[in-house]
Amino acid sequence: MTTVEENSGPVTDPTSDYNIFDPEFVRDPYPTMSEIRESKCPIAHTDRWGGSWFPTRYDDVVAIAQEHEIFTSRSITVTASPLRQAEGPYAGIAAPPITSDPPDHHWHRRLILPVFAPQSVAKYEQGTRDLCNRLIDGFIDKGEADAGTDYAQQIPVRVISAMLGVRDDMADEFVSWVRGVLEVGLTDPIVRLENRNKIINFFREELADRKKNPRENDLITDLLNSGDKYPVTDQYVLGVCNLMLIAGIDTTWSAIGSSLWHFAQHPEHRKQLRDNPDLWPTAVEELLRAYSPVTMARLVDRDIEFQGCPMKAGDRILMAFPAANRDPRQFENPDEVILDRQHNRHVAFGSGIHRCAGSNLARLELRVALQVWLERIPEFSLVDPAAVTWAGGQVHGPRVCRVRF
Amino acid sequence: MRVRVDQDSCQGQQMCSIAAPEVFGSDELGHATVLIEGDLPEHLHAKTRRAQANCPEDAIIIEE
Repeated sequence: MTTVEENSGPVTDPTSDYNIFDPEFVRDPYPTMSEIRESKCPIAHTDRWGGSWFPTRYDDVVAIAQEHEIFTSRSITVTASPLRQAEGPYAGIAAPPITSDPPDHHWHRRLILPVFAPQSVAKYEQGTRDLCNRLIDGFIDKGEADAGTDYAQQIPVRVISAMLGVRDDMADEFVSWVRGVLEVGLTDPIVRLENRNKIINFFREELADRKKNPRENDLITDLLNSGDKYPVTDQYVLGVCNLMLIAGIDTTWSAIGSSLWHFAQHPEHRKQLRDNPDLWPTAVEELLRAYSPVTMARLVDRDIEFQGCPMKAGDRILMAFPAANRDPRQFENPDEVILDRQHNRHVAFGSGIHRCAGSNLARLELRVALQVWLERIPEFSLVDPAAVTWAGGQVHGPRVCRVRF
Repeated sequence: MRVRVDQDSCQGQQMCSIAAPEVFGSDELGHATVLIEGDLPEHLHAKTRRAQANCPEDAIIIEE
């Protein structure tokens, strides 16, 4: 059950047969999530794509995230991976610490957390602001642009490239590789493998270069040199580079895109932020809650009954953070965007030991991208709401999103 | 009111420093620190309670 043909087909009951790649679910997953959440079976199951569980209530998603010894991170995608044993040069290169379990997880994470602490990512704010302004300079005179491809898509890839110290002109290729792994690749293992190998081969060369020519204030050089504290291998450093690309690009791009799609349709929210700039940090959290882009997965370590569900060792669980973040048991009026929402315990970045390591960078990029857009283009609307295209599955956000101003 | 962070539970979500930046900061790893030693001034009590309510890890402990 790995090809699109085998796994498509109409869904009659999402609690027993959901399909996260169904075009309707990809476009707007929230009604289905709500239907499952309020059913007798709030942890749904499907046999599609090799089978998975789908917890939709906040408390269940958080409980699974916290039980990292039972619900492990050895596999973080929903689709079965028949090629896992045949991945050749890729074998053994994961994406630490997102794919690590304790005890290695502890040092895998400790090495990169300082890079992403709030005070560390602050130095990327001005560069991100300049980048956003340059992008807008390119289309502001046209009166129309694609908020997805011309803007949201262009930002995180360049911020990550700068952090990794790699060439800025790789942006389009990086985007294509990441989409190859995370969008097309989720349902096409061959495409996934090809693109993973492109990423790894690119960073192998970067590593070789840094060993010959170490740089000052350079993440890859610093990681390679941290072997005095931890058993750092090339494989680990390659894995971190892989993670930064895979986890840092179309996630934040999706959050920026969804937020612009929202603002295009809500002039009252644009005005609210113009009138109350102090609201920005709270507003960013609300947009992250309402349009959480990421659904991670876990692999069940041993047979266990969880909330009445007979989970078996090797089963996959989809961590439906977007569903948890719209659970009415946790959030009042969950489907409404309330920019000054005071009580907002969202888990857009996950919960427990795998909390998104790049969350502070993502917040910064999202805030700056939206601030610059609203400063430069205070009034705008969708050219054609029906023409907006979406990516879905495990990362949800608009891809083509034309706006007029 | 006094506040502390349970460092075993904190995962560096930073929801507390967003809700109450006067009260919570960040250490080198991005985990929460408390910026105010001893009793919190009255005007920060509501914000501190909000920070506690918004922590997905239940890591904030308030003593009154």
